[in-house]
Amino acid sequence: MAAEQVRTGLHFMSGDEACAEGALAAGCRFFGGYPITPSTEIAEHLARRLPEVNGVFVQMEDELASMAIILGASAAGARAMTATSGPGFSLMMENIGLGMMLELPCVVIDVQRGSPSTGLPTMPGQSDVMQARWGSHGDYESIAYAPWSPQEMFDLTIHCFNVADRYRLPVFLLADEVVGHMVERVAVPACDSIEHWERKHAATPPGEHFEPFKITDPDLVPPIVHAGEGYCIHYTGLTHDERGYPDMTAATHNELVTRLVEKVRVNRENIIRTEGYSLEDAEIVVIAYGCTARSARQAVREARQAGIRAGLLRLISLWPFPEEEIARLATRARSLIVAEMNLGQISREVERCARRPARGVFHAGGMMIPPDPILQAIREASA
Amino acid sequence: MRTEIRIAGFGGQGVALAGLILGKALAIYSGYEAVMTQSYGPEARGGASSANLVVSDEPIDYPFVLTPNILVALSQEAYALYRPGTKRDAILIIDQDLVIPTNSDSCYGISSTRLAEELGRRVVTNVVMVGFFTAVTRLLTREAVERAIADTVKPKTLPLNLKAFEVGYTQPVIPVNLRGNHE
Repeated sequence: MAAEQVRTGLHFMSGDEACAEGALAAGCRFFGGYPITPSTEIAEHLARRLPEVNGVFVQMEDELASMAIILGASAAGARAMTATSGPGFSLMMENIGLGMMLELPCVVIDVQRGSPSTGLPTMPGQSDVMQARWGSHGDYESIAYAPWSPQEMFDLTIHCFNVADRYRLPVFLLADEVVGHMVERVAVPACDSIEHWERKHAATPPGEHFEPFKITDPDLVPPIVHAGEGYCIHYTGLTHDERGYPDMTAATHNELVTRLVEKVRVNRENIIRTEGYSLEDAEIVVIAYGCTARSARQAVREARQAGIRAGLLRLISLWPFPEEEIARLATRARSLIVAEMNLGQISREVERCARRPARGVFHAGGMMIPPDPILQAIREASA
Repeated sequence: MRTEIRIAGFGGQGVALAGLILGKALAIYSGYEAVMTQSYGPEARGGASSANLVVSDEPIDYPFVLTPNILVALSQEAYALYRPGTKRDAILIIDQDLVIPTNSDSCYGISSTRLAEELGRRVVTNVVMVGFFTAVTRLLTREAVERAIADTVKPKTLPLNLKAFEVGYTQPVIPVNLRGNHE
């Protein structure tokens, strides 16, 4: 990768711009999208930058087509991405399911705003969390990350591409308006220090017998081949066998869908990311993600100053859910608090894994939850 | 120490770019932590617009400005809207031809728009103000801001922008009250 494609150095940039630069640094050379606030700056930035690096930017007619075109670009070997917000994310769901079924790596950025429906166009939300897990019909296991700063918009966009390529599926970056629009220092590393996980390419040369969905590795990920490389393969959204041909039997369906779910579950240790603050001796544990985790950290710091043993578990990945870690924390923490800009989505997961109720600090969106209500919940829990 | 800065005016005055230059000077060339958030109306020009900076020597968690320590007002509307939510003893900086402060306020005034017009380009009003801000607050060195300007503006406009900065930076730093009397 040429060095000028990675803008190594310190920048003062918005999360949306950092996401776009992260995509370029990851080698993304294809964007298809339909601009929507608060993600518009990602498309704007890539519309300028992609032509500079011989990439392709296509403004599509809608979000259905946006999702379709990045699947096509991915099938031809490109690192491909789209960016949207809640209303567009809803429209992408059908083809996201297709991406899960065809096992095509790509990255979908959702800069969340107040929802449902058109909601609050330039104001924040975190209420697409369950949609990212269950939004398309059918069983599949999804992967989603939630950045809390412009720096993480950069870093996690790169990571999303790596994870998508490694495990062959669409991966979501669930940002929010606060993180997308705020401007902060972003350190872009040297080109050669950017991690790059390759797609697992088929070893069979073109022309020889090749079964595109045959599993030989314990990671349950089939090796990929790309359009234009000379292979003859068949892709279908129908339930398919190892050759890729429709095979609509209960046995094949059960085997295929179970593998789509299991390939994420068996690799979860390489996917899940969390970060702890003052957790070592914490009696009260706050669980938060995205912009809300910033307020949660401040609340925890203020609680510590007041002599309360509080800590923060920040979820960097939301899906797959860190079940074991939450269960472990629940055995030693006296009280669990979940702070999120929705009316209780991740909190249900926390309660399921902890096997007991968690206190919720919820807000439907439109404003970032400030530290005060989280601090208040910590005080109540410690009383 | 957390310092909160609000730069406010109407759309088209370059408030966002002023915030970006100062934020860059703080976060990249001065070793501070700095976060900028913006607020603006739906209009491209003419609506209320503000750039908000939180500055600290520690990592900044909550990124929004709550009660600014420094308010820069480029319009009467911005002054009227934001003065009440600003700290009582805040540093107040105004375009003195566009803002009439209340009796009790002592402000640092500059004719930023007129000075920019004298340079031949009204669009550099914001950079004149950035220069004056630098001189008044002493939060930043002149060099840090000049470097931030250099990697923000288009290269061919750099000489004009540096001149605009210089003009603002060298204005007398004297607080004035409503009647323009020096205190």
